[in-house]
Amino acid sequence: MKRHQPWLTPLKFLVIPLVMYSIWVIAPILQSMVFSLTDRSSILIQQRYVGLANFFRLFGDRTFHLALWNNLQWMIGFIVIPIPIGLAIAMFFNQNYPGTKWFKTAFFIPMTLSYAVIGTIWVWIYHPNFGALNTALRTVGLSEYTRQWLGDPRYMTRALIAVGIWRQVPYVMILYVAGLKNVPTELIEVAMIDGANWLQRFRNVVLPMLRPATVVAMTISIIDSLRAFDIVYVMTNAQPRAAQVLASYMYTSSFQYQDYGYGSAIAVIQFFITLAFILFYVNITLKREEQF
Amino acid sequence: MSSPAMATHPRPRSIADLRLQRRRRLKRGTLAVVFYAGASALVLVWLIPVMITVFTASKSMSELMSSPFMWAMPETWTSEAFLQAWSRAGMSRYILNSFIITVPSVAGTLAIASLGAFALAFYRFRFNRTVLIIFVAGMLIPFQMLMIPVFRMSDRLGLINTYRGVSLFHIAFQLGFCVYFLRNFLRTLPYSLIEATRIDGARDFTIFARIIMPLALPSLAALAVLEFTWIWNDLLWSLVLLNQNRVMTVTQGLANMQGQFITNYNIIAAGSIIAAIPPLIVFLMFQRFFISGLTLGAEKG
Repeated sequence: MKRHQPWLTPLKFLVIPLVMYSIWVIAPILQSMVFSLTDRSSILIQQRYVGLANFFRLFGDRTFHLALWNNLQWMIGFIVIPIPIGLAIAMFFNQNYPGTKWFKTAFFIPMTLSYAVIGTIWVWIYHPNFGALNTALRTVGLSEYTRQWLGDPRYMTRALIAVGIWRQVPYVMILYVAGLKNVPTELIEVAMIDGANWLQRFRNVVLPMLRPATVVAMTISIIDSLRAFDIVYVMTNAQPRAAQVLASYMYTSSFQYQDYGYGSAIAVIQFFITLAFILFYVNITLKREEQF
Repeated sequence: MSSPAMATHPRPRSIADLRLQRRRRLKRGTLAVVFYAGASALVLVWLIPVMITVFTASKSMSELMSSPFMWAMPETWTSEAFLQAWSRAGMSRYILNSFIITVPSVAGTLAIASLGAFALAFYRFRFNRTVLIIFVAGMLIPFQMLMIPVFRMSDRLGLINTYRGVSLFHIAFQLGFCVYFLRNFLRTLPYSLIEATRIDGARDFTIFARIIMPLALPSLAALAVLEFTWIWNDLLWSLVLLNQNRVMTVTQGLANMQGQFITNYNIIAAGSIIAAIPPLIVFLMFQRFFISGLTLGAEKG
């Protein structure tokens, strides 16, 4: 490190990444904030500053309320279901039997599929007449539970969340598999010698050791649930009100109704909600290492 | 004459010991059977949606019409739908477009991110941590925040419906994750390595290109695999930046196919499989790297 100009060399390395990042990420964030204060509605017409009018409009917009509520349902669904199931499956797969790896690999396949593919597949599973779900329900004598999964506003969002969960569980599983590698077997053996049963061993030894995995799984799941868009778009074309989340409502407002100012206001709200979790994630991941 | 095997499994001394050992082995055998049965059942149930897709794609249109239950295995397996999806539905074009966009994006983001990661990992300067936090925070923000400005900028620069328009965005946006990931890896390298070469009079860029990057190859591979999957699977940015059929990516083509081939489920299913194959192959070939990339932060406490 040159003593006289300690910032010059790192700057040379950072200049290209920082310039690109500023143009495509940082500047657009600031610009969206400015747009949210305007009534810009198509590319050609001159914009006018309207102050917080877009935000006041949002407070009274029932579709926006619904999108917020649906996002909250996504978030709850993404925390409550994939984390315990992913952990249980990771514990189950945490064996030394030959070939265990292949089961894990197969189980992980949904995570490598794009939402476009996943959405396409699940539209058929939910098909009211011929879909696998309703057919299976009828076969086992639960006909009264068959639904128009993607046609009935009451079940739409939950049906979409289920699809997200199907993809999220393998992800959480793999995080816990990685975390379990760090639980020393000696610790469990000691607990066994001390006479702890499996529940006590799990609660008092394994779970605390898995804390980092749990924190990462939680934060990523929350952020993913707030970004939910592709499933809604592919499976419902982002049209029905009942399926809207913030991301899809922003997309339809901006690109269908060309209401850029209003769309930006939705994005800004989504941004600030997500930011809280992002800062939390940044804090936990960076504070673990020693300060510079 | 003691072999290592004997050292770990001491020879049983009495018949009672032998009996106990046999019982234990039997129990272990039963447990193994339970594990294999449970694991197979779990994987099969979880992959039912994937199996349905394979079944549907392998049916002929006439079979689909006569027996509309998509979960049923085809009576006769055909590749008719795959050929239709490939040519008539334009999957061949979409696949090519996806490659043209994804490969340069991955290469570009890795090259540029390694520059930034090197600076953040090895140099002490005032805003080091601030810059790092900006990169980390940026990788997690909702895309909606960028959509309108990026669309307008691309429109003004004539980048709509061009491959480079989408690639440039992916390169820039993915820098956040890549810089963070690579920097974390580089910080595990011993600093003395750099000091030693510097004393030999090597210039900073030589250290970067000749010493550090070769050592970072495994983590670069992990990143390449992850980024390939993410960029390949992206739908939103293709929707925003591309609207002509000739440049559309495979995810977008698939989303459009649903409107175009409403009742030709077999063609749509075949299209989904075609779209899923490249990232699946990449994952299966490099899964060790893939998983080490995804589990960042989950391992150590």
